Amino acid sequence: MISLMTRRRLLSRVMTGATVLCAVLALLPLFAIFGDLVVRGASSLNWDFFVKTPAAAGDTGGGVANAIVGTLIIVGVGAGLGLPVGIGAGVYLAEYGNGRFGVLVRFLADVLTGTPSVIVGVFVWMLVVRPMGHFSALAGAIALAILMVPMVTRTTEEMVRLVPHSLREAALALGFPRWRATAQVMVRAAWPGIVTGGLVAVARIAGETAPLLFTALGNLNFRTNVLQPMQTLSLQIYVFATGPFEEWHRLAWGAALVLMSIVLVFGLLARFVTRTRFRDG
Amino acid sequence: MAERRSRLRAEQLTALYGGTAAVKDVTLAFPPNTVTAIIGPSGCGKSTFLRCLNRLHELAPGATVRGHVLLDGYDIYAPEANAVAIRRRIGMVFQQPNPFPTMTIYRNVAAGLSVNGRATRSETDQAVERALRGAALWDEVKDRLRASPLALSGGQQQRLCIARAIAPRPDVVLLDEPTSALDPLATQSIEELVQELKREFTVVIVTHNMQQAARVSDFTAFFYLGEMVEHDETARMFTAPREERTEAYLTGRFG
Repeated sequence: MISLMTRRRLLSRVMTGATVLCAVLALLPLFAIFGDLVVRGASSLNWDFFVKTPAAAGDTGGGVANAIVGTLIIVGVGAGLGLPVGIGAGVYLAEYGNGRFGVLVRFLADVLTGTPSVIVGVFVWMLVVRPMGHFSALAGAIALAILMVPMVTRTTEEMVRLVPHSLREAALALGFPRWRATAQVMVRAAWPGIVTGGLVAVARIAGETAPLLFTALGNLNFRTNVLQPMQTLSLQIYVFATGPFEEWHRLAWGAALVLMSIVLVFGLLARFVTRTRFRDG
Repeated sequence: MAERRSRLRAEQLTALYGGTAAVKDVTLAFPPNTVTAIIGPSGCGKSTFLRCLNRLHELAPGATVRGHVLLDGYDIYAPEANAVAIRRRIGMVFQQPNPFPTMTIYRNVAAGLSVNGRATRSETDQAVERALRGAALWDEVKDRLRASPLALSGGQQQRLCIARAIAPRPDVVLLDEPTSALDPLATQSIEELVQELKREFTVVIVTHNMQQAARVSDFTAFFYLGEMVEHDETARMFTAPREERTEAYLTGRFG
């Protein structure tokens, strides 16, 4: 007969062990993916990989410079469009969004967060690509912006809501108009968290493929004009990985490693920003 | 009590949360350069009353105010009155020290000055030093004005909040249980400071600590269940209260 205490201790160990196991299982794919990408992709990385466009079908050599630059442009424009809207909407929800309109906006943002990204792509195709008459990087950026707005809205709202109410009262009692209390006290106190949320959202859209299929389309040539079709790393991976040539597969692995690294860098940046909370001024 | 010219005066003030009155029909005058303590048990409406004096109460959801508050004879609840402008003339210090964490010590004190319009750098420097001296904090922070206020102790943070409140040179300073989060030594320094503040300002302090009211105030108002039961010179109220309920509270029979 085991004593009650022994049984409890045993149960505690088992449950602790189970949660540790789950934590390991949750992290396993990340290490597996990154390890695999380094093993298979690192050998593709050379100078040509970063400065050349893909070689003609069947040829060897070439790189994905067009896709790297395209990713930076499309994600940059998308973030430029999506971040201000998302942050503004989040601040609105946190500071003024307790009425019926706020509830509606919050609900719609949640619905939009769960919308499959391929549907957003089709929507932007209807809205932008068809009227323009051709695919373009701008359309891709708009699709990515639509995807990131609800994410940024909700994280911004959460961050501003975390700022103690007493700070707003202190500002108002000093004779700050409401908008200044919001901008100079509440948003500033929440800013590191808002930036972190923004970086996470940028990392998230950087890897999107589906919404770009109908919008940015992809391009085997080096392009910087946002009104023309443009390549991204995710599209390049999609096309090359499903293509018939060994050389394409090699480039796809390399592109996957670069894309994963970009996402990782954004993640690290987000951590770094969260840590430096205090700023002068 | 002989009516002296009052700087701030509440007339038939009623404050409601939704349909519930937290403050009922209070008329109370605050003479210039005096300290008035508002005492009473928790939930008696003393903090709500204080927050009506700078129009902060109305910002709570469902909160409304009836009656008048006269600042130098001008009704701050008049339809054309500008709440933001009024709050610049009535400073406030809260229960918990609440310095702005994203600003330096210097910027905290200057915060109320910058909303009042452009001041030159040297004017701001002077005003900040003056306010910090007024809050008995200058010697402790003069070498680290660019540091975070979060590096200060709780008592220092509260004195910083007092400096922030008095920097724009308001007419009235409201203190809402300013020492309830502080240790006895920090409490003592704040109480000494309150005595200094009345030279320049009209001070209203809410406290649940009767001894504190007796130590720092010239007048005391006793609130109970949203009503003002008694208002008198502090010395008289603490020695010979007129109302039975006041005496019961002061002698510790409830509250």
